[in-house]
Amino acid sequence: MADDKDVLRDVWFGRIPTCFTLNQDEVTEREAEPYYLLLPRVSYLTLVTDKVKKHFHKVMRAEDVEEMWFEYEGTPLKWHYPIGVLFDLHASNTVLPWSIIVHFKNFPDRDLLHCPSNSVIEAHFMSSIKEADALKHKSQVVNDMQKKDHKQLWMGLQNDKFDQFWAMNRKLMEYSTEDGGFRYIPFRIYQTTSDRPFIQKLFRPVSADGSMHTLGDLLKEMDPTALPNEGGQKRYQVVIHGIEPLLETPLQWLSEHLSHPDNFLHICIIPTPTD
Amino acid sequence: MSDNAESPTETPKEESQPPSDDSSTNEEKKKIDVLLKAVGDTPIMKTKKWAVDRGRTVQSLSQFISRFLKLDANEQLFIYVNQSFAPSPDQDVGVLFDCFGSDGKLVLHYCKSQAWG
Repeated sequence: MADDKDVLRDVWFGRIPTCFTLNQDEVTEREAEPYYLLLPRVSYLTLVTDKVKKHFHKVMRAEDVEEMWFEYEGTPLKWHYPIGVLFDLHASNTVLPWSIIVHFKNFPDRDLLHCPSNSVIEAHFMSSIKEADALKHKSQVVNDMQKKDHKQLWMGLQNDKFDQFWAMNRKLMEYSTEDGGFRYIPFRIYQTTSDRPFIQKLFRPVSADGSMHTLGDLLKEMDPTALPNEGGQKRYQVVIHGIEPLLETPLQWLSEHLSHPDNFLHICIIPTPTD
Repeated sequence: MSDNAESPTETPKEESQPPSDDSSTNEEKKKIDVLLKAVGDTPIMKTKKWAVDRGRTVQSLSQFISRFLKLDANEQLFIYVNQSFAPSPDQDVGVLFDCFGSDGKLVLHYCKSQAWG
């Protein structure tokens, strides 16, 4: 049987073939060809699209260019959500490549955060890690790290260096055998059918009677409609990194192996396709 | 995401006010208690305790504080939870309360410069 460590590698190197097309209302000096890219699921849109920006800048006049943002079928894509979450939430069960529209005008302030530089992404990423560790270890692990250790996590993500990232991240995944898991599991549940951005609450990996909580246990408490109803009809898919893990999977294992680099387990609840 | 930026719905919370006697859980309550604390040389707010809608975003709360303190438009304001991390501006304060509140309130620190990482 494959080593569980292989799972970490598979998650890290997950890619989504994507076609970037310039919004047709942008003013260009000549026709803009689409641009194709394999996007890392665990990264952020604004961190991996420098080439896209350069590609379209070539056919535009500088005065027609404002902050770049992305849209999929009318939905502005939040750069501060991991790419894989955006795809699973908005574009699961559609044909590849993922077709993203690129805009350089009319930035939707109400929907998106501005991202003037990579340091904004870094601050967001590190804050997520700190928030996750506040839940997992009362911030003890992340606070014991030095500045250069934090930098190593960020540089690992920015430069797509799996070994560099995990050499440090494994410390954030430790817990005492007597606890049997983290204090709380850092998770976020996204639903396409909800106005709220996501569900996030306190949830322990181990139940009061000492048994391990499962993905199903979590959903039963946070979002019971996501589970198959009594007739066994499956109305929703529960998707993490593009797959549907068994609902019997222990949550602690999922947190250690299927969390994004920001240390959160991002879970997407999407309607089961009807055809 | 700047909902209600012009018309703050917070209400000052008198410290002397008796604790709410209704038995509803925090989940059912529409508003949560937020305690705002200044860091460093950032001006303090005379009223520190506010009842804030659960669905209010961090960004909208931050705009409210900036207006309350009459900060210049170009002055930044950073908000921290647990004196350790800066929540994302689009995060609901209700979520932060559920995960990081204690003693029935959420303590947030605010600062004009970056205070923690």
